[in-house]
Amino acid sequence: MTTTTLSARRPRFGFWTTVVGLLLVPFLIITFLRFTKGLGAVTNLNDSFPWGLWIGFDLLCGVGLAAGAFTLTAVVHLFNLKRFEPIVRPTVLTGFLGYGFVIVALMFDLGQPWRIWHTIIYWNTHSVMFEVGWCVMLYTTVLALEFAPVVLERFGFHAPVRLIHKFITPLVIAGVLLSTLHQSSLGSLYLIVPSKLHPLWYSQLLPLLFYISAIGAGIGMVILESYLSQRAFGRHLEMDLLEPLARGMVVALGIYGLMRLQIISRNGSFSAITSFSYEGKMFLVEFVLGVLLPVGLLAFRKLRTNPTWLVTGAFLAVLGFVVNRLNVSVTGMERAAGARYLPSLMEIIVSVTLVGVGMAVFALAVRYFSIFPEPKPAESDH
Amino acid sequence: MTMGLLFDATRCIGCGSCASACKEQNKLPGEVEERTTAYTWTTVKPVEGTYMRKLCMHCQVPTCASVCPVGALTKSAEGPVVYDAKKCMGCRYCMMACPFDVPKYQWDRPVPIIGKCILCAGRITKGESTACATACPVGATIFGKRDDLIRDAQDRIKQNPIGYVDHVYGLTEAGGTSVLMISSVPFEKLGLKNDLPSEPPALRTWQVLSNIPSFVAVWGVFLYGIHWITARRDEVAKAEAHTQSEDRR
Ligand code: SF4
Ligand code: SF4
Ligand code: SF4
Repeated sequence: MTTTTLSARRPRFGFWTTVVGLLLVPFLIITFLRFTKGLGAVTNLNDSFPWGLWIGFDLLCGVGLAAGAFTLTAVVHLFNLKRFEPIVRPTVLTGFLGYGFVIVALMFDLGQPWRIWHTIIYWNTHSVMFEVGWCVMLYTTVLALEFAPVVLERFGFHAPVRLIHKFITPLVIAGVLLSTLHQSSLGSLYLIVPSKLHPLWYSQLLPLLFYISAIGAGIGMVILESYLSQRAFGRHLEMDLLEPLARGMVVALGIYGLMRLQIISRNGSFSAITSFSYEGKMFLVEFVLGVLLPVGLLAFRKLRTNPTWLVTGAFLAVLGFVVNRLNVSVTGMERAAGARYLPSLMEIIVSVTLVGVGMAVFALAVRYFSIFPEPKPAESDH
Repeated sequence: MTMGLLFDATRCIGCGSCASACKEQNKLPGEVEERTTAYTWTTVKPVEGTYMRKLCMHCQVPTCASVCPVGALTKSAEGPVVYDAKKCMGCRYCMMACPFDVPKYQWDRPVPIIGKCILCAGRITKGESTACATACPVGATIFGKRDDLIRDAQDRIKQNPIGYVDHVYGLTEAGGTSVLMISSVPFEKLGLKNDLPSEPPALRTWQVLSNIPSFVAVWGVFLYGIHWITARRDEVAKAEAHTQSEDRR
């Protein structure tokens, strides 16, 4: 394809490359410490708080924010709204990198990561973690297959591309099924702790809540990422595609918000909010940022069609989503643990470096493969 | 026949023999620590004018075993919930999930494993009593069949209703446990959760997980149906457009 024009427009992903550059040495030192001195030497985790940032952010948010991929492939290939096709590739790539990020992060978080394949040979179908493990493995494969045509095309292998296209419908269906399962299962992980997770977050409906909020925030990510790449690569924002996506996001977050409020009023934990307890405040942060503001702003057509507001709304939704997942995994568990947890600097450095690497790989991929549609009407791979 | 322990806090003199015996039996390094850790599987501490032991409760439907993705934790027929370190990959879900916060981790090791009381499973299969119960000089911790221990505990409470709280801790908590406790001080004051539902937490996840196969079938057919309908609509539209353009010609 027109690789020359692509690489001519040099991307300015300078920020993340710099971040990775600066953090690389500390990152390597931390990695060394982690694998020679144990988890205790680099994290603030302990027996009262066995799960921290690497689960709350890297796993829960990494998987959740990659939900745009299955949502968009379903919209294009199953609901047949082909006009969204041009943004499928970048979204699938983000999804794939997101899952890559999660898997690498797990290599740090698992006590004995070299045994991760044990989930394949030792089965426990009663374990949500078992199910999540399998779905993540399979879905990463699906994403790789969905993205493979881009790479194969670049090197002129057309036969396998045709094969993948032939099976694209079952592939997409498998992707949607797997995503539905593990997105919701990340919520189910917490079903087991009714006596530990604060009632503002605990609910038998956690799987459904996780699923719907992932769709909402996943769409938010698609919008954000379109914005970031238009800035970096000097492209125009596809407002005609993003505006209807924003409507989808508003609907998803709206349903989610109402469900949250209903659950909270039913289990009688409203008092935790009105009394401005620690948990109540954290809930407000999450709910205002992640639900009230994005829904309130983007419900208006005027704001939705304005690129600045659109991106602001999407950003807030993603931010609120991250706060929510950290609330479930950290804030909501602190009271029962009788301890506060704040990630150590070393935990943060690992997470930030991994995000940076993901961003840098994305920038690189955009340079070498045709990820974004050319300004001309998209003649895509069909 | 499932075995268990009965701990009677009113008889305990806080000598710590159980904790030391456990260290020795299981070859755990270091001194007995203040709290249970991966290297101290049981402690005995003064609280509220009495003594309280902490150890794995060996649940009838163990939450830890239900959540372990690789099945490293299992409930054996005799009662102990045992751990297979060779399977464990260190996800620490068991620690997160255990309603009694029992499993602990080797945070200081590059190749870490979980540590928790295993009810001296090796001794039990040989027909022996646990090391801690054997070491106890005053019979505050006794070993026996769970059913016998329950009857024994209830008898003690009946004979001395003023001296005991009228509850055998572990009879119903989290679906019941093989380790039972009785005391003169309310259990919540001793750091035990008194609000644990009698339904094992594992059932809550199973309700969701057991529905997955039917969910996959229904959702899969539904998605394919959507594709079928929308694709068909497209074809019809295309065909119509085609005939129209032909008509125009
Ligand atoms: S007390 Fe915790 S570790 Fe012990 S059997 Fe029950 S769930 Fe497992
Ligand atoms: S830490 Fe080990 S024993 Fe515990 S749930 Fe994970 S794999 Fe199982
Ligand atoms: S039963 Fe055995 S492993 Fe458990 S506390 Fe007693 S001595 Fe230790």
